[in-house]
Amino acid sequence: MSTDVVISDDRASSRDPRMNETTPPLPTVKVSASTNQRETPSRSADEMAQQAKKVVAHNVDFYYGSHQALHAISLEVPEHCVTALIGPSGCGKSTFLRCLNRMNDMIEGTRVCGDILLDGEDIYRRGTDVVELRKRVGMVFQKSNPFPKSIYENIAYGPRVAGLRKRAVLDEIVETSLRQAALWDEVHHRLDDSALQLSGGQQQRLCIARALATDPDVLLMDEPASALDPKSTAAIEDLIFELKTTYTIVIVTHNMQQAARVSDQTAFFFEGHLIEVGATNALFTKPTQQKTEDYITGRFG
Amino acid sequence: MASLPSSPTTAKGTLSPGGFRWLEAAIHGLLVACAVVSVITTIGIVLVLLSQSIPFFRQVAPLEFLTGTKWAPLFEPQHFGILPLFCGTFLVAGGAAMFAIPLGLGTAIYLSEYAAPATRDIVKPLLEILAGIPSVVFGYVAVVFVSPLVRQVFPQADLFNALNACIVVGIMILPMIISLSEDVLRSVPRSLREGAYALGATKLDVTLRVIVPAALSGIMASFILAITRAVGETMAVSLAAGAEAKLTLNPLTSVQTMTAYIVEVSQGDIPAGSLEHRTIFAVGLSLFVSTLLLNVCAQWILSRMREKYE
Repeated sequence: MSTDVVISDDRASSRDPRMNETTPPLPTVKVSASTNQRETPSRSADEMAQQAKKVVAHNVDFYYGSHQALHAISLEVPEHCVTALIGPSGCGKSTFLRCLNRMNDMIEGTRVCGDILLDGEDIYRRGTDVVELRKRVGMVFQKSNPFPKSIYENIAYGPRVAGLRKRAVLDEIVETSLRQAALWDEVHHRLDDSALQLSGGQQQRLCIARALATDPDVLLMDEPASALDPKSTAAIEDLIFELKTTYTIVIVTHNMQQAARVSDQTAFFFEGHLIEVGATNALFTKPTQQKTEDYITGRFG
Repeated sequence: MASLPSSPTTAKGTLSPGGFRWLEAAIHGLLVACAVVSVITTIGIVLVLLSQSIPFFRQVAPLEFLTGTKWAPLFEPQHFGILPLFCGTFLVAGGAAMFAIPLGLGTAIYLSEYAAPATRDIVKPLLEILAGIPSVVFGYVAVVFVSPLVRQVFPQADLFNALNACIVVGIMILPMIISLSEDVLRSVPRSLREGAYALGATKLDVTLRVIVPAALSGIMASFILAITRAVGETMAVSLAAGAEAKLTLNPLTSVQTMTAYIVEVSQGDIPAGSLEHRTIFAVGLSLFVSTLLLNVCAQWILSRMREKYE
């Protein structure tokens, strides 16, 4: 499965093959990716340390009514890296992800304490423009949710609600976004067809393209491949790999192999607590916490 | 790892038919009988309408009936043109829809997208009460309250006029539009809402560009059902709109609808079996056919839209 994403030279060079030397093979998790692009599975801790902190969560508590779902989560998301959130079902990883674009605001009776900073600005500060925040922090959901509109209109929706009207500009955004999501070649001849006619994997890539069309800084992905077959999953993973050169990505996944394949940093959640966070290679090879080791070696979860 | 609950192993039944099989058959039969009753009733009603209308149409040419512009079967010289009744019916139903559809859709959108749960919990039961008010009460309200009000605004209006009927019938079909539209709006999957909000859409963007279009077929269905109800509405209309069959689009004059005419003749002392009496079956058949057409039309629109949206 090859993608058609065109990467400029400077971006491509960020995936430096020399990194291989410092990256030991992973013993517990097989990283044989579906494609040949994964020779450099992830950035090292040093590399990540050099990146700016795009999102910083500090002591975040989250409540559904009286039930506390997150306990004092502190996590830094480096720019242009993929951060994976792993953990068993109900551990709070999705809840945390949805805090980052304030999606939980839509659920009645929820409450957040602590700070979440995007580029140093507290997104929960009073007076934050949530609409503006969500333009900067895009989201792809577990279940693909294309609008019951044409492929074109799905992609154009974000730019349109942002006030863009010029057809030529919209055309360009639609093409660029679909190319970025590696969907253009499959759909360019039928942009006016309903998005619901696409296959599951295509629909999910459409949703990614739709999120990219608003040109966000951060892309949140909530188990984007959990409902897809292996081929579509591989396509999505290839895509994540390409996208991190441009975007900062936070991905929730149930699938530890997936986390190991696509992410630079991994955070392990358990029962609402952040147990351990670190460079993906380190976390999967030398976890410092017993719980993390138990989880990644499949002893529970 | 959760351990499986240990359950005592029970003896499996034999494969021969059990004692409850006959009950299955009996219930199946009972349910079929229920369905047959309503089908037979419908067929029976159509047959009665046809059997009584055919003698009528032997005496009055169908073309004259459908195209005649004067309806006066009870006076000399008799005229049997149904157009004035048609006109009255659709003037009232159309007027009611014109006022109830925007108001109803607006309320539905408010309740489904904007209102706090507490507000919704108050408004929804109120709407159910509104829906439960008998139509004769609406007729009374039309005569006692609405008509004087209309005549204050438009002094030239008749005491009984089409506008009265439009207003009360509009109020009557309002709960139907609101509750049906609200149901379809709320049944738009949460994932679509979240998808739109996640793109930086405002509530208005989400509502008008995602939720309403996605629910459009159901919303149209609620409109057409409501209009069908308005066309068939009898009691309030016969009280509010008067009893003058007139071919007019002026809502300030008295008009007669098909239903109101049927009421008038049924109450009066027209001998059964006479040509005059048979007119009500011909009018009833026309009413039946027009609401049927409306429903078929609605189904057609729905199926067209479904192709587009699903």
